[in-house]
Formats: sequence, C-alpha cells, structure tokens
Amino acid sequence: MRTQSSSIDIAEERFTRNYQHIVRAEGVSLSYGNVRALSGIDLAVGRNEIVGLIGDNGAGKSTLIKLLTGVVRPTSGRLFVRDRAVDWARYSVHEAHRLRFETVYQEKSLGDKQPLWRNIFVGRQITNRFGFIKVAEERRIANDLLLRKLGFRGVGIDADSAVVKLSGGERQGVAIGRAMHFDADLIVLDEPTVALAIGEVRKVLDFVRSIKESGRACIYIEHNLAHVHELADRLVVLDRGHLVADIKAGEISLNDLTKFLLDLQHRPPATAAVG
Amino acid sequence: MMESVVQPRQVAKPSRSWHKAAHIEGLPIIVVLLLLVGLFMAAAPGVFLRWPIYLSFLTTVPPMLVLAVGLTMVVAAGEIDLSFPSVLAFSGFLFAWAVGATGNAWLGLLLALAGGAFVGFTNGVLIAVVGVPSIITTIGTQFFWAGVASILSGGMSDALQQLASGSLYAVFAAPLFGVIPMQAVWAVGLTILMWFILNRHRFGEHVLFIGDNRNVAKVVGINITRETVKLFTLMGLLGGFASVLLTLENLNYFSTQGQGYLLPALAGVFIGGTSVFGGTATMVGTFFGTFIIGMLEAGIVATGIAGFWVQAIEGVVFVVAVILHLVVESPAKLRAFAGMTGRWHRTAPPKPEIDGSRS
Repeated sequence: MRTQSSSIDIAEERFTRNYQHIVRAEGVSLSYGNVRALSGIDLAVGRNEIVGLIGDNGAGKSTLIKLLTGVVRPTSGRLFVRDRAVDWARYSVHEAHRLRFETVYQEKSLGDKQPLWRNIFVGRQITNRFGFIKVAEERRIANDLLLRKLGFRGVGIDADSAVVKLSGGERQGVAIGRAMHFDADLIVLDEPTVALAIGEVRKVLDFVRSIKESGRACIYIEHNLAHVHELADRLVVLDRGHLVADIKAGEISLNDLTKFLLDLQHRPPATAAVG
Repeated sequence: MMESVVQPRQVAKPSRSWHKAAHIEGLPIIVVLLLLVGLFMAAAPGVFLRWPIYLSFLTTVPPMLVLAVGLTMVVAAGEIDLSFPSVLAFSGFLFAWAVGATGNAWLGLLLALAGGAFVGFTNGVLIAVVGVPSIITTIGTQFFWAGVASILSGGMSDALQQLASGSLYAVFAAPLFGVIPMQAVWAVGLTILMWFILNRHRFGEHVLFIGDNRNVAKVVGINITRETVKLFTLMGLLGGFASVLLTLENLNYFSTQGQGYLLPALAGVFIGGTSVFGGTATMVGTFFGTFIIGMLEAGIVATGIAGFWVQAIEGVVFVVAVILHLVVESPAKLRAFAGMTGRWHRTAPPKPEIDGSRS
C-alpha cells in the first residue's frame, strides 16, 4: 500500500533530482549454500536505456533481476537506486514497487479468469475508505489505457474482456501497459516472448519500443539474440554467475554476438571478462 | 494473414445475445428454481400454491444460506472448508452455555461469533502459515471441534425455551410484521453484503486472484497468507452466526446439530454455479442454489413420491444444474459433447472380446 506522503516524496525525487542511473549494482554476489549463483556483478542501467540481459540457462539472469527487484537479497555487494545507496534490510518487492520498479513475467502477470480492469488495478485498487472498489473509475481508466494507449480498439478487446480471450502477445502488452500506467521508471521483462507466435513477438517488441519512447528504462531478458540485438541499447552477458560482457549494441554485429556466446560454452568458467 | 488472426472474435459476434443472457448472474439456476417450483405446483398444488410452505422455507433455509455464502468465498479462493458443521456444534454450545449461565442471550451471540471466528482463524493459520492443504486441515478440525462440543456438552441437548421471549429472538428469529421470519431478512441482507465484498471490495478481488492463480496474486503484491487467514476467519464467523440462527429457531441446542449441513451447504454453492477450481464465484447463484437444496426434500415429499426417492432426485437435480452451468458458460462444451456423442453413433459398438477381458 502506497501512502500519500511517500508517493509525494517519490514524485518530488523523480522530477527535482537528476540521477544518472535508475539502478546500479556494485560487486553483488549471491550464494545458495555452496552454489555461487552470482559473483561480483557490476551493472548500471541508465534512466532511459534498454539493457538486454543474455546468457545460457542457469547463467544467473533471473537471479540478478530478482535481486534488483527485491525478491532475494545478496550475500554481499551494494545497490543504488537513482544513485542513492539502498539498505538491503529494508529492500523488498514492495519497496521496489514504491521506487517504481515493475516486473513483467513470461506468463504469471495476469489472472486468466478476471476481466482486464481487475487485472490492471489489482494490488493498487482505487477504493473508497471502506475498501470498496470504484469500479466505474477503474473501468474508465482501463478502457482509456487499452483502447487509446495500447491500441486494442480494432481487435474487440476492452476493460471487460477476460484475459483468456487475449493472445500471448496481447497479454504481455497489457502487462507492459499496466507497468507504464503506474509510472514505472524501470520495467523488467523476464523473457516476454517465450512460446509466442512470430506475429505475437512483433507486438511485444513494439511494446518494448514504447517503453523507450516514453522515457523509461528497461531490463530485457531474452533468449532470442536477434530480438535483443535489435532492441537493446546495451547488451550484458552473464555466464555461470559472472558478468562476462557489457557491450553497446552498435559495437557488435549479431553474428559476432552469436559467435561470442557459442564460444562461451566451450570456455572454462570465469576466466575471461570482456568489455 | 492479419485478417485471419482477428477473425475468430468477429465470428463469435452473432452469439452475443447468448453471451449477454449468460452474463446475468445466476440466470441458469434461477431458471432451474422456477422450473422446480412450477413442477411442484403442478404435482402438489395443495401445498405449493399456498404460502405457508414458502414461509417455512424462510425459517429452514437461512442457516444454510449463511454458511453457503461464506463457502462461496472460500471456494472462490480455490480452498475448501469442511469444518463448519463442527462450528455449528461448538459455537452453538458456547451460545447455549452463555444463555444458561448468564441468562444474557446477547452475550451468547458474541461468544458464539468469537468461538466461530477462533475456529476459522486456527484453520486459516494451519492452512496459510503452516501450509497444510485446506481439505486436510478442515477434515481434522471438523473432528476436533465436534469432539470438543461433545465433551463440553456431555452429549446432552439443552432446551432453551426461555429465549423465545427475549430481545435476541425478536431481532433474529421472530416474524417481521408478523409475517417474514427475521432470520430470512438477516440471511438475505448478509448475502447482499457478501456479494459486495466478493465483487466490489478489495478483499474479494484478492480472493478471486488467489483462486485464479497464486503466482499472479503473489507478483501483483497480494499478501496471500494474510488474506487466507482472513478468509477462513470470516467463514468461522459466519458459521458462528449460523449456529445462533439455528439454535434460536429450534429453541434447543444439541451437540450434533451441525450434522447434515455439510453436503447440502456445499451443494448449494456448486449447484449455484461457483467453480470448484477457484477464481470465479457467484453469490446470486449460491442464493438460489441454496433455496433449491432447501426446498427439494419438502417438495418431493409433498408431491407424494415415497421418501426413499428424495436423495436420488436431489442427485439428479444437482448434476443437471451443474451441467447447465457448464453449457451456459461455454457453449463450446455443448458442441464438443454433441461431437462426442456423434462419434459414438458412428463407431461400432464395443467388441465382445473387450467385454470378455473385463469380466
């Protein structure tokens, strides 16, 4: 629950303070028992930057974003949000929400049987002081978001549509649109195009572009190198818990990137660090 | 290509009126209720064309309705509560004890509500905090609290005739304007309130999302543990209230008074169209479903069919109503069913060897 005063703090901070990085991790490591999931990661995300996070299964991509969004805590290392150090003890999913971080997961972002207006506002309902939802208002805003901003007018989807009627790409669009509606400054996309048809992938990529156009930052986890190479401003490669490359997208061709990732698999862990 | 992607939704348009009708909450079950009443009127006009039978339903159904609206919330969350019959016994005991010991029926009401809420709260903690599945937890607590009620009451019944002249009875059981039983007024009011809680309150929305998909509920920031404990506490509280309505109506407490409520109350919820899978629920359906369950037995007996038939007919009505809901919700299922039977007609009857190998 976001209190009135704290949202004012954030609003002030967002507009009055200039910051370079929306989020910056310094030397974060995380171990589960003897297993080292992340080793000394340094990663900074600029305020209007799309960072593509790539790496094989088990490279630590999901762990890293869980750490940035308050789901798990590191064994060591520091985190800065808008250039200010974060106290790990007080950092949580809730706190990350309050700091305007949103995560869109591949398939657990929307409740299938609920209408879209509920899905857009759940967890942040507009209510009266007794906790009763102002349905007309939520519906109106949801329709505005769906029809005007997300362009669902042509396909017969509105605030009362159930999620089951949406295609996979449309679902991701709603989840991304929801994050933007709640003014997220950083949107984390965890493999949003997995298991989608090609036409649907296109839609999702367009939604990702709109994140950039609206002046927000995005961390984009993606298996498909072509997509991430096309969209991201910067590519960060993880390999077995180590950050092994941090490359501007223009400085490497798709072919070289593919080759680099293939080579990684034949290397012993954590020897070379590029970039 | 794009055209063909969009097409399916446009094809679905002609059946919009069907969908609109389906969207009137509880419509199928209202139709079933009207059909049944019509049937009973035709078969037993002496009973069903006169008002006393309906007034009698208004005194017998309310405790079950109070339980069923609570269960609707529980089922909406994808959980189940089988312990409420014991709450009827345990809270009923607390009520009867307080009335006997202090003479204050209002104190008895408070104690019954508190006892029910306590049972529900412990259920909720076992389910949400400890992590025991609700069906297992509530089977266990059902036995436990039934046992506690037996021990405390010594298995005796307790006549409470003195309540009939008290103010609690006037508020919760006496006829309003000399006609409508007060418990019916309370039960209907409670159903309306619970409709708003389920469909218009933040808590109801959280319950629906928990029932729909726990992972989604978690990532959108719903505190599943807290909401689940709240949900079961509410169910216990309603059970406590139902026990008071029941005891007031009977003017008698007996330690087995919850028995016989388990399946009818659940049947009322499911016959009303609430899905056992969670995530969707209908209070209107539960309301009419509970009345169907409540009047079936009296209705069947009144038509002159032997009492042995009652359960069999109840079973048929239950299954037919649930199928009707499926068909209205997704006409595709009906077509699939038609296709299936069509195939059966086309294929040859099962070969004798298969029958032979089975026997």
